Amino acid sequence: MNDSPLVSLFGYFALLSLFAVGGANAAIPEMHRIAVEVMQWMTDRQFADSFAIAQVSPGPNIIIVTLIGYHVAGLPGAAVATTAMCGPTCIVAFLVARIWDRFKEARWRIAIQAGLVPVSLGLIAASAFVLARSADHNIYAAIITAVTALIGFATRINPLWIFLVGGLLGLSGWL
Amino acid sequence: MSAAAAPSPTSVRPTLSELFRAFAVVSVSGFGGALPWARRKIVDQKHWMTAEEFNEAFALSQFLPGPNVVNFSVVFGSRFGGAPGAAVALAGLMGPPLVIVTILAVLYARFGDLEVLSRILAGITAAAVGLLIAVVAKMAAPLFRKRWDWAPLIAIAAFIGVAIMQWPLPLVFLVLAPVSVALAWVTR
Repeated sequence: MNDSPLVSLFGYFALLSLFAVGGANAAIPEMHRIAVEVMQWMTDRQFADSFAIAQVSPGPNIIIVTLIGYHVAGLPGAAVATTAMCGPTCIVAFLVARIWDRFKEARWRIAIQAGLVPVSLGLIAASAFVLARSADHNIYAAIITAVTALIGFATRINPLWIFLVGGLLGLSGWL
Repeated sequence: MSAAAAPSPTSVRPTLSELFRAFAVVSVSGFGGALPWARRKIVDQKHWMTAEEFNEAFALSQFLPGPNVVNFSVVFGSRFGGAPGAAVALAGLMGPPLVIVTILAVLYARFGDLEVLSRILAGITAAAVGLLIAVVAKMAAPLFRKRWDWAPLIAIAAFIGVAIMQWPLPLVFLVLAPVSVALAWVTR
């Protein structure tokens, strides 16, 4: 491995950005594997905290890479991680956007689109699993997760309210 | 949200500065997913796209690797303003959140060890994981409702590979995606 954390940050996130079908939610396990286990940049709890901060921040959830980058190497780390995570995929999006409409009815296009849905579903489910293992350290946290899952599935409530209640429950000292 | 009341075909074309401002507003309003805000702004308020065009562009953004909303800003921006349009929309989407999250990162580096903060974040994480499970359930419902099919098997394989075996994501993807696309091809 390289000794400069900036090089590793860039390499890992640039590669990840090209395989993260399903967006930030699908990329969480790989980020966790790299940041906590392979490179040991942060602890499990710091990773879970970064996830929480990214969730309550406005903007795309992928912004968790900015937090990881900052944790590893300050402002340059934040800039490098964000650029690496967004750069390659933006170039791909730009190029594909120009030709995509032409192949609207093409059979291969429909097959690619249909084929990637279950892959991204599996990846997002893996994210939920990995995060639940980090977050649900006791029965109360697990109950919050379970109740929130039901509410999220059954209603269209603004997530901000759910985060507020979750944060207050955490503050109350149950977790 | 009145997406159904989409008016006539789009003839309004945004300027570059309008693009920037629209995506900046969307990004800071979009707690927990910017999609509904993007739809409201682009379809309902500005009439830059019809609801169908929006869905089409967003489907493409979801299928591409990487963050969906980021892809969407590039797809949308390039349609109206080429490369400069894509750059401006992306800058609008990422600029304000980056400033905010950088401030939060600095604060966390300083106060992350505080007991109170870590308790609050633990509560938020527990809730956020629940919401993620709800997303998974909503995505899985149509996939698993169908008759016996290959799609759930692929999803389960991806889950086991990444969550249980903890294999690298690119590896799992490179094995499963071609298989899945091939199955989608032959079963259609």
